[in-house]
Amino acid sequence: MSGKYEMTVGIECHVQLATRTKLFSAVDNDAREKEPNACVSPVDYALPGMLPLLNARAVELAVRAGYALGAKINQRSHFDRKHYFYPDLPKGYQTSQFYKPIIGEGKVVLANGHEVRVEHAHLEEDAGKLTHFGDYSLVDLNRAGTPLLEIVSMPDIHSAEDARLYAEELWRLMTYAGVSYGDLYHGNMRFDVNISVAPVGAKKLGTRVEIKNLNSFRSVERAAAYEFGRQTELIEAGRGGEIRQETRGWSDATGKTTAQRSKEQAQDYRYMPDPDVPPLNLAEEYIAGVLAEMPKLPEDYRAAFREAGVPSEIVELILDRQSYAELLMAVLEESDAATGKIVANWLASVVMDEAPTAEQLLELAKMVQGSEVSQTAAKELLVNFSDGKTARELAKEMNLLQENDDAALEKIIDGVMASPAAAAAVADVRAGEMKAVGFLIGLIMKESGGKANPARARELLLKKLG
Amino acid sequence: MKKSDGKSSLERVKEALAAAKKYEAYNIFTKLNEKKALARAVEIDRRIAAGEEVGRLAGVPYALKDNFSDPDDLTMASVEMLKNYHAPVTATAVKRIEDEGAIMIGWTNMDAFAHGASTENSVFGVTLNSRDKTRVSGGSSGGSAVAVALDIVPFALGSDTGGSIRQPASYNGVFGMKPTFGAVSRYGVVAMASSTDTVGCLAQTAEDTRLVMSIMAGEDEKDHTTLPDFFDQPVETSKLRVGVIGDFMGEGVDTEVVGAVKDYIKKLEKAGHEVAEVSLPILKYALAVYYIVVPAEISSNLSRYDGIRYGYRAKDAKTLGEIYGRSRDEGFMPENKRRIMIGNFVLSSGFFDAYYLKAQKVRTLIIKAYEEAFEKYDVLVCPVAPGPAFKVGEHDDDILKLYLEDVMTTPPSLAGLPALAAPAGETKSGLTVGVQLIGPRGSDARLLQLAAEIEGAK
Repeated sequence: MSGKYEMTVGIECHVQLATRTKLFSAVDNDAREKEPNACVSPVDYALPGMLPLLNARAVELAVRAGYALGAKINQRSHFDRKHYFYPDLPKGYQTSQFYKPIIGEGKVVLANGHEVRVEHAHLEEDAGKLTHFGDYSLVDLNRAGTPLLEIVSMPDIHSAEDARLYAEELWRLMTYAGVSYGDLYHGNMRFDVNISVAPVGAKKLGTRVEIKNLNSFRSVERAAAYEFGRQTELIEAGRGGEIRQETRGWSDATGKTTAQRSKEQAQDYRYMPDPDVPPLNLAEEYIAGVLAEMPKLPEDYRAAFREAGVPSEIVELILDRQSYAELLMAVLEESDAATGKIVANWLASVVMDEAPTAEQLLELAKMVQGSEVSQTAAKELLVNFSDGKTARELAKEMNLLQENDDAALEKIIDGVMASPAAAAAVADVRAGEMKAVGFLIGLIMKESGGKANPARARELLLKKLG
Repeated sequence: MKKSDGKSSLERVKEALAAAKKYEAYNIFTKLNEKKALARAVEIDRRIAAGEEVGRLAGVPYALKDNFSDPDDLTMASVEMLKNYHAPVTATAVKRIEDEGAIMIGWTNMDAFAHGASTENSVFGVTLNSRDKTRVSGGSSGGSAVAVALDIVPFALGSDTGGSIRQPASYNGVFGMKPTFGAVSRYGVVAMASSTDTVGCLAQTAEDTRLVMSIMAGEDEKDHTTLPDFFDQPVETSKLRVGVIGDFMGEGVDTEVVGAVKDYIKKLEKAGHEVAEVSLPILKYALAVYYIVVPAEISSNLSRYDGIRYGYRAKDAKTLGEIYGRSRDEGFMPENKRRIMIGNFVLSSGFFDAYYLKAQKVRTLIIKAYEEAFEKYDVLVCPVAPGPAFKVGEHDDDILKLYLEDVMTTPPSLAGLPALAAPAGETKSGLTVGVQLIGPRGSDARLLQLAAEIEGAK
């Protein structure tokens, strides 16, 4: 059914900037676990005669974001007022950038190589929060005035998977660049998915539906997939006309979208340049200064890791944590690709509460390569590192150093061969039944307390068994 | 500042409060600050006695327009909407004045939210002209002008968006300074139109005006649009090139107003300045531009008054729609609503380009015309208003006539230029007439010094 149809998706993402204070006032931007209305200044409260004071750090982070998006940074931009009445909006308008945003066209490359163009990105302030009770509602303005960067993509996405990959890549870009903390649970990044469905190759797009306020990558993918199915079914049933231009909400619990508000009665926001905020005029030197402080981006790591021969599935897993990408990069800078690959595999597969340091990882990988510890022992060491201890110190302490002394190993082998439990297996091997070797190695490993090098044990055992 | 004649701060404040009560019939004050003013006077006197530093305005009583935030009492902007509003902050201008020891004796009446040119449009009623009680005081800083004219206080603070200091100064025969946009912080002053709002003062002499302005002026970290102080710099006033704006000296202007302004120009010539007539035809569009741009900003700035967080909320309003609709309907004056309507209209989609954007383009042309004029002239001169104070209620039936009162004061506002209203003379019936001195941005102090020199001239 769906083979005949294609979705076209554009995503708007609201990124909460990692500033200490709000976009236009000097109060705490972090309202987590705080009482309602604890982070509100006279400016946020929109008292008469209060004036907005633009947060310079927010501008700096927007410039970083622009670079991360491979976008044009507009030296001249200004703020506009978007008017509407709602109790979560104290001034009666949102200060945003409508006519001249700070960031122009850019591009995001997804993990699968697909490209999504960015139309623009602009700075704006968040609104407050309303909680509704029986016959009254309460207003919490803690979030009002929080700086956001809204990143608007072009409708370049054509699958639910790509929608998720785009969201994931934006998250990586914004966290790597230090633009946002990226705490999805607390709504640091919220996605609005605009989706329409049309026959494959059709020139005219279908009716656009907006699914608002998605706050996880999975919900972006599921909502797009659900909405594609819903719209396709309607079209197939000849009821395509029932698809309305509207805003829909997504429920993780039901796995469905539901209609919220029709867009046909479009609101007139009466946009007006904000006369209280002087236009931004970023000097070239200023932009250069911000970019000089720019941390490495996912793409920088991706290229380096792939060049070192790390398989791309493993690269993508590591990129999910900036700290891991930094670790692997540090290891690669001090070693060769083979060592890097060992570390890359660990970072992608071992669940660690606290990551070891690059030095610890490097030493441990070298010990594995020198057969000083086994892979099994290495994984146990990885979850037990504590500050200051070297890999060797820890391996010693945990008694996981491999036995590479042939004389000691031969003594163990002799003991095992002489034991009654091994008699049958020894006979089998001598009779050419090589399956029994594994059983004997097991006994040797057990006897050595796991410290024997299994490969060397095998060699010596076979020699003895002639 | 006028000599204290050996009086203590307490005596001066008591006298000012007594005068305020004596002239109650003029309806100058929305409320007096009696208790706190007296306590402050006692404190200043104690500090003087103790030999402490008390500032350049120590013990000087002054009056404050009703739209300045001062936690002493309510900041009502003479409108129902804010009749219960107690500001938790102090306007920067007020703070700077009080840091120099001045003592605020009361809030002065104004057109609600500063929308008007007569102080008739106040929830507290009309403020009457200091020369003729059947006439208006001008506006919107009418109360401040009359308080200074009747010598209740030597100076008062006001705000000027399109003439609100200059026109009442002219109607009452006092000095009124609208500074360069950004010269004085707007922080804590109830906003009217952000791009032309300025804070200034009304005073009895040019010298006092300059002192008060220089104290208030200068950068403020709470207002991004403020500029460094340029009032304290020495200025050159010998042999200035004076351009008389001919467009405002002819048709539609009262002959007695023209006469008084011409007398003032003669004094300028006599003082050795070079006078010529200049025509700036673009200025006739300024009023139309003003009444598009300013209502647009007003409609936006007044959006915050929604009955939710502070200010007036309609009684028994049940739904959100009722809270918004009725609170704004009952809380605003008719003129406030008219400007909100005009503003929303010019900003609405489909009309924005034709009105707001086009008006801003013409505004740019006005700014350019002034810039060109200032290549040839140091000061431009014209009347403040087309006539002397009009009768109370005279323009009730024709709002456009009231708007026309602003025809000469709005052009410098749109261009952000400093403009000073100085007393020029009187009509035969004893009404006062003001002259307007306009200079390039930042020339505020020169205008004041020029006016001070002419003030003493015969």
